[in-house]
Amino acid sequence: MSMKNNTILRTERLHAHYILDVYGKAKVIKAVNDVDLAIQEDEIYGIAGESGCGKSTLLKALAAAVEPPLRIISGRVTYRIAGVEVDVSTLTQEEKRKLRMEYIAYVPQGSMSVLNPVSRIRNTYRDFIESHISVHQKGEAFALAKEHLTELGLPVKILDAYPHQLSGGMRQRVTIALATLLKPRIIIGDEPTTALDVVVQRGVVQLLKDVQAKLKNTIVLVTHDMGVHANIADRIGIMYAGKIVEEAPTEKIFSAPTHPYTHYLINSLPKFGDKSPRESVPGSPPSLANLPTGCPFHPRCPHVMDICKQEMPGYTQVASTHKVACWLVGEGTHGKAA
Amino acid sequence: MEKLLEVEHLTKTFTLGSVISRVRITAVDDISFYIKPAEIFALAGESGCGKSTTARIIMGFEHATSGTIIHSGKKEAKNEKVWFTEGIQAIFQDPFATFNPLRMVERYFFETIQNYKLAKSKREAIERIDAKLRLVGLTYEDLAGKYPSEFSGGQLQRISIARALLTDPQLIIADEPVSMVDASLRMSIVNLFKRLRDELGVSVLYITHDLATAYYVCDRIAIMFRGKIVEMGTVEQVLMAPKHPYTQLLRASIPEADTAHRWQGEIRLSDTEQDEYLRQGCRFAGRCPMVMDVCRRVTPPQFDVDGALVACHLYAETKQ
Repeated sequence: MSMKNNTILRTERLHAHYILDVYGKAKVIKAVNDVDLAIQEDEIYGIAGESGCGKSTLLKALAAAVEPPLRIISGRVTYRIAGVEVDVSTLTQEEKRKLRMEYIAYVPQGSMSVLNPVSRIRNTYRDFIESHISVHQKGEAFALAKEHLTELGLPVKILDAYPHQLSGGMRQRVTIALATLLKPRIIIGDEPTTALDVVVQRGVVQLLKDVQAKLKNTIVLVTHDMGVHANIADRIGIMYAGKIVEEAPTEKIFSAPTHPYTHYLINSLPKFGDKSPRESVPGSPPSLANLPTGCPFHPRCPHVMDICKQEMPGYTQVASTHKVACWLVGEGTHGKAA
Repeated sequence: MEKLLEVEHLTKTFTLGSVISRVRITAVDDISFYIKPAEIFALAGESGCGKSTTARIIMGFEHATSGTIIHSGKKEAKNEKVWFTEGIQAIFQDPFATFNPLRMVERYFFETIQNYKLAKSKREAIERIDAKLRLVGLTYEDLAGKYPSEFSGGQLQRISIARALLTDPQLIIADEPVSMVDASLRMSIVNLFKRLRDELGVSVLYITHDLATAYYVCDRIAIMFRGKIVEMGTVEQVLMAPKHPYTQLLRASIPEADTAHRWQGEIRLSDTEQDEYLRQGCRFAGRCPMVMDVCRRVTPPQFDVDGALVACHLYAETKQ
């Protein structure tokens, strides 16, 4: 299998900043800085990081949902549609609308804000289906919704319910079912299981995995819960202050974390059967409006060197599938991700 | 055995709906537990299991429908709220909601000092505040003149712990203290609870849904399900060898940050919560893989299984 031909979603040196006007002065929030990603077909790609590290902004750029004050400063995002790489910035509004849900779908965190609280689930499904495919007969949309829910093992009777009548986990699964109705090639999940109970979370992750196994598509999953990543992701990118600082297959991230930040992230997690003392990452995350010079992790890093304060390192391949941006490992390079 | 706080047969019933379709939900159903001095006790379970209601009753925000709470051998009197605030302090889930954004953080400290007459002069007050802040790794200098927005969530949570410590409490009730804090900073909070227990002899009632941190920090744990305590014992007993089928499901559902322990098999979820509250017999019977006839009819009593209390008919042969 050649890696290159299977890349479905790619970013090249992507910079996305929020440009705000504060009392007549421009304020720049550098949420995504120099991100190179190459996400493959039939892969679950996890993005992990603290709150305020730019994860959600990166997802907006990936989903081509960039709206002011967020702007793409430089770099590009490309989709591979039917074998052809397409630069997202060249698409018209109408083309983007068409792609949305049919090619790329989005599952948000709060399912309550997706489903209309005063409308039955069936109406939400009908509106959604009718806006994307032409329906000739009255019951056709409903039949399609029913068929899809049955396929995913969800009870069909929920179509007649209002969102508040369902439990949080069921609502989230209904949202996932809605997002996958048109069999999209890419599903983007922004903390889809956060704020759910553990048992329910497991059910939701189970559904996401089932959907992926059936459609053989790509899931980009953002969550700060490393436990969820360990259970579902094939590869993980660790994000810190708008940069992907380490990327590797899930097993590698957990067994051989290389970046000092990843190290802390993995080793601060409590484990069953092991009560040895654990430490948090020292200090607190930097503000994206006022990033430190050089490597943004240097004020918190225990291995900080002079060069770290001056310059951001590029990526060094420590193994063929494992790249790290840290001066401890090497100078590295930037550019087109594999 | 000395007990700092004892909760006996605590029950809280809420009434839902209008006059026509009234439903009574027992959010906390006849639970009993105790906390020893210098002990971290976890009350764990999913949302809606009644763990926060229990905490709110202990803190005096709600009145129990029935049952008693005994603090240092003294019973709670109905119209006396002050009894607990000296000995018991609380920390809440959302550090940003704890502090008024338009009020300087230090004002909360001075207010507590005034309320409890803990200092005679401003200098004495600042000394006391500084001493408590140092326990959580901060100083008065870090705080002076600042507003809540100038701190991160983890810092604010440590500040609210320092404020709680001002009155030298014996017990801290922490309602989901780390669930809003980033995973990378959680350990700085839970390590603090450990230090308070070991160095100051403070007990903590740790209310959480996060069993991994509960295992790391707690001595004993009670697992709640739909208002009932289904299993109680030391964290080793309950979390490393769970006996109740619900605890087993809960334990198996925790996403472990270890690629060698990925989830196996499928699970069943309940569609709505209300059915389970209103169920006769064991409330887990609808989802339990080992359900028997008796489970649907009779509420299981607590059985002593190797030192842990388990409310499940499977253990009926062992003595009660």
